[in-house]
Amino acid sequence: MRTNTVSAAASPKRSRERRSSLLGQSLRKLMHNKLAVAGFAVVVFMTLLCFIGPLFSPYTDNRINMAMMNKAPSLKHWLGTDALGRDIMTRVMQAGRISLTVGLASMLLSVFLGALLGAISGYYRGITDQIIMRIADLLMTVPNLPLLFIFGAMLSEWKVPTDYRMYLVMLMLSAVNWPGMARMVRGQMLSLREREFMQAAEVLGLRSSRKLLHHLLPNIVPLLIVMATLNIGGAILSESVLSFFGLGVMPPTPTWGNMIDAANNMIDFQNHPWLWIPPGVSIFAIVIAINIFGDGLRDVLDPKQKR
Amino acid sequence: MSEALLEVSHLKKYFPVSQGLFGRSAAQVKAVDDISLTLMPGETFGLVGESGSGKSTVGRTILRLTDKTAGEVKFKGVDVHSLSPAELRRLRPQMQLIFQDPYSALNPRVRVGNAIGEALLDHGLATKSEVRGLVLEALAACGLSAYHIDRFPHEFSGGQRQRIGIARALILNPDLIIADEPVSALDVSIQAQIINLFSSLQRSKGLAYLFISHDLSVVEHLCDRIGVMYLGSMVETASRDELFKHPLHPYTKALLSAVPVPIPKLKRERIVLKGDIPSPVNPPSGCKFHTRCPLAVERCKTEIPLFREAGTGHFVACHLV
Repeated sequence: MRTNTVSAAASPKRSRERRSSLLGQSLRKLMHNKLAVAGFAVVVFMTLLCFIGPLFSPYTDNRINMAMMNKAPSLKHWLGTDALGRDIMTRVMQAGRISLTVGLASMLLSVFLGALLGAISGYYRGITDQIIMRIADLLMTVPNLPLLFIFGAMLSEWKVPTDYRMYLVMLMLSAVNWPGMARMVRGQMLSLREREFMQAAEVLGLRSSRKLLHHLLPNIVPLLIVMATLNIGGAILSESVLSFFGLGVMPPTPTWGNMIDAANNMIDFQNHPWLWIPPGVSIFAIVIAINIFGDGLRDVLDPKQKR
Repeated sequence: MSEALLEVSHLKKYFPVSQGLFGRSAAQVKAVDDISLTLMPGETFGLVGESGSGKSTVGRTILRLTDKTAGEVKFKGVDVHSLSPAELRRLRPQMQLIFQDPYSALNPRVRVGNAIGEALLDHGLATKSEVRGLVLEALAACGLSAYHIDRFPHEFSGGQRQRIGIARALILNPDLIIADEPVSALDVSIQAQIINLFSSLQRSKGLAYLFISHDLSVVEHLCDRIGVMYLGSMVETASRDELFKHPLHPYTKALLSAVPVPIPKLKRERIVLKGDIPSPVNPPSGCKFHTRCPLAVERCKTEIPLFREAGTGHFVACHLV
């Protein structure tokens, strides 16, 4: 808390100063972007629905009910039931918990890894930079999806218990996502370190730790926020794809991907659309909403990145 | 000369221009080519020259923001370029830099109070409890108010930001401040305020300045001695009055004739230099100025003029003087 020593004594004025901070300004600008606000609202709505919704559902035990197989939506089962007589609505919400958690956790991990390795690369340069960036290049030369398939197939081959698979899927997603992050952060660091205020920091004789933590890091936070947001959408999509191919999270744990997979045959596709439309729409909605929100964030936090 | 604060002798800084696939350096930009100057404690030395003459590079090389190619920089008798990184860091507070562009010299995400005070903490020059008081003192000395302390740089005007930059340098109690065109990004009324701030700080703290500028009237107001640079070399050095009254080098004469005077009826002889400053990658042979010099003779094209004393403390590099 070294930085706060100077400002701590000025706490009465704090609220006024907060309003004029760069982040505060950006947030106000974001509020004017209707599309981004709508995207954020959808994300919040779906998250709340997934995490709170199942608490009000009478079908959370996932009991197999042969009498209720493949029933169309009704008042009792708003979105119908699946091939084992389980309530689709409840399962979509439970699947959402898993998908969102996997997306969020793998994003956190890849942002952490990417920011750390990218910052080290960009700040120290030289041989450290070469090693880290060549590893990143190596991972980036292989397309992500085949790489994830290979990891997933290895997990299946090693008969990893299904309970652990969710966590391993998070790790897999982070492993393929960090190189992109690291590159962006490194590039940002390289450009920041040539800026005049970093030369000023050098002339002042500041320590490396202060330069990194108090001068460089705050300047890459906006970039990190934007990349992290967009990354969640990508991670949710990747997880769904993996689960759809039976290489991600395994049934009976529901995820949106493996719910669609369960309906992946001609009969269900034509006759029981309530089996695959709800998880499909969920994936679509959350990924689109996150991307729209992320784009809005990028516009206010990182305007130079605009396409 | 042992009591000199700063002694720069035969300083050279060449930047490689890399070409080709493997980045082998094909040519060199001779940004600073054999510069020598001496600065006494409490003295102000003005370094003038047009854009691209290497003034800023001199400042940056003295501070070791860039490594030298050859020569020596001695600050209080210590060779700045031979210090280890840790020793250099300890020396840093004694020599500070003020930047040309007050908009990019401050980190947009660091509060002003922190920006000014953090170096004190890092060098152990003050404890956390003392810092705030010292920062307030520095703000006041630079004409800023106490309530500015928790603001971000974007809330200030250019002139105010330059004051912040000065406060940031000043709080470390340096002996030398290198001011790299500190007023050229400001409008004229603000320039005057900042220049007056420079001179009042010098009187109260006994600072020495290396004042880099392309504006002769600013330099005339502030400096004790002036050096004129052309294409990486010093062409003339003299005390202020001597330089303005008896300029010897044709380049200096041309520069001085371009200074506007506030008397419209006064007819003056304008010496207009033709063409642009030549490329420092491939500087002209002999005297570097011969391509634009109105008085150039054959000798100037072949022979490099020596930098010699033409009067007391008045040095010039020209064959014709």
